[in-house]
Amino acid sequence: MAEPLDDYIDAVSKALALPVEEAWRPAVRANLEVSLRLARLVDEFALPDETEPAPIFTA
Amino acid sequence: MTTKPEMNAADIAKAVAGGQLSALAATEAALARIKQHDTILNSFTDVTAERARTKARAIDADIAAGKAVGPLAGVPFAVKNLFDVAGLPTRAGSKINRDLAPAKRDATLIERMEVAGAVLVGALNMGEYAYDFTGENIHDGPSRNPHDTTRMSGGSSGGSGSAVGGALVPIALGSDTNGSIRVPSSFCGIFGLKPTYGRLSRARSFPFVASLDHLGPFARSVTDLALAYDVMQGPDADDGACTTRDVEPVTPLLGESISTLRVAIAGGHFQKNVFPEAVEAVSRVAKALGATQVIDIPEASRARAAAYVITTTEGASLHLDRLRKRPNDFDPAVRDRLIAGAMVPAALVDRAQKFRRWYRAQLAEIFKSVDVLLAPATPCTAPKLGQVNFNLDGVELPVRANIGIHTQPISFIGLPVVAVPVPLEPLPIGVQIICAPWREDIALRVAHALEKMGVVAAPAPRGL
Repeated sequence: MAEPLDDYIDAVSKALALPVEEAWRPAVRANLEVSLRLARLVDEFALPDETEPAPIFTA
Repeated sequence: MTTKPEMNAADIAKAVAGGQLSALAATEAALARIKQHDTILNSFTDVTAERARTKARAIDADIAAGKAVGPLAGVPFAVKNLFDVAGLPTRAGSKINRDLAPAKRDATLIERMEVAGAVLVGALNMGEYAYDFTGENIHDGPSRNPHDTTRMSGGSSGGSGSAVGGALVPIALGSDTNGSIRVPSSFCGIFGLKPTYGRLSRARSFPFVASLDHLGPFARSVTDLALAYDVMQGPDADDGACTTRDVEPVTPLLGESISTLRVAIAGGHFQKNVFPEAVEAVSRVAKALGATQVIDIPEASRARAAAYVITTTEGASLHLDRLRKRPNDFDPAVRDRLIAGAMVPAALVDRAQKFRRWYRAQLAEIFKSVDVLLAPATPCTAPKLGQVNFNLDGVELPVRANIGIHTQPISFIGLPVVAVPVPLEPLPIGVQIICAPWREDIALRVAHALEKMGVVAAPAPRGL
């Protein structure tokens, strides 16, 4: 049975022309699950609309 | 005069400038020690012996001619192999980069060290593309811990930690994106400085995460750390993130009193998931400094999560074309992390960068009432090479994912940190001395005071 993220991995792999061989898929999926879990933790935190991003950070 | 294995940089430079020791003799001593011990430590990937001898002879000729020499005259040093070294391909721990043309010019920081009289003796092992906390490398083998060669050196600047911890060289340079200077410093029992983001030029070094990458020195004493830091400071148009601030020398300030400084212990996230050794190390440093106040750093766990997201996505962006063209030439573990990073939606990355701005404001507020925060550098002493999990309070946790949990929320907002080694038995462990942006001087003064008190010190390598 396909894992929930597999369709997403296939779609992004195609969109980015980034090959994901079947042998790599479990590790890619596991890493993506961790990244998305941590990203959700950040996403849950309410920020004011006017908050500026810090793409190049000035300390 | 001959050099001793643990002779520090300041003493070598003084002896060389004073004519008691030649730069060539100091260089040959380092080369001999590398030859003797690096078959075990595996810290060097390139030894630039002839270049080093040529440089050392030039210093000796200057001294013979009565010319002034720099504050690091004749001091051997080495750099993580993501620094450009003229004549070498900048491998950055990878197989792929070995196919690059040799660098035409040294990295800015190497140039500045050599202007000060230091002598480059080689390039150092590191985790592939700096995406690592272990010091292991699938292509070059692991750099090993100098106190127990069955253990990790820490990453990603593992060779830097191993070479300085093993007293092969008194100073090394490395990079720190999420902890890669502070982790090897902790595991190898040495001092490491991760300066404020933008303080030291990254020009002509191989990047990892542009908005988080820092370069900095490792040493066996605070004086040496400050000497190296001072000569490397200064604006550099070749690094777009490098500050335009003037050089702010710290060496003359090291002996100043720290009695008026307000020191607190970082609480919350920084007191969770730690082994007793890390608790003991922070406790010893806090006691020596008279620090009792514990300050909870708000949302530090979320800051660590945001640093993780920015790292994996910016890292993926950097390597996207290599992932398409040469996926089988990566360390598979690095490749699979980076591919996953490429798949994180952009909106979530933007959220992480916005959170960063918010979190920085919280720390700025805290630094209005304290000058120094103390936190563990690593949750544990050096794990065994290849170790996958550790057991903490009955819970099995993955080693790799947890080594940097206390360093990531700090570098995330570019704060300066000196990692100081607490010489516990059987293995040393580091504590982070964290200060407000641009206050490396305070962190180094506190580290110096702790060193004078005998609370922190780089132990002699016990594994050699």
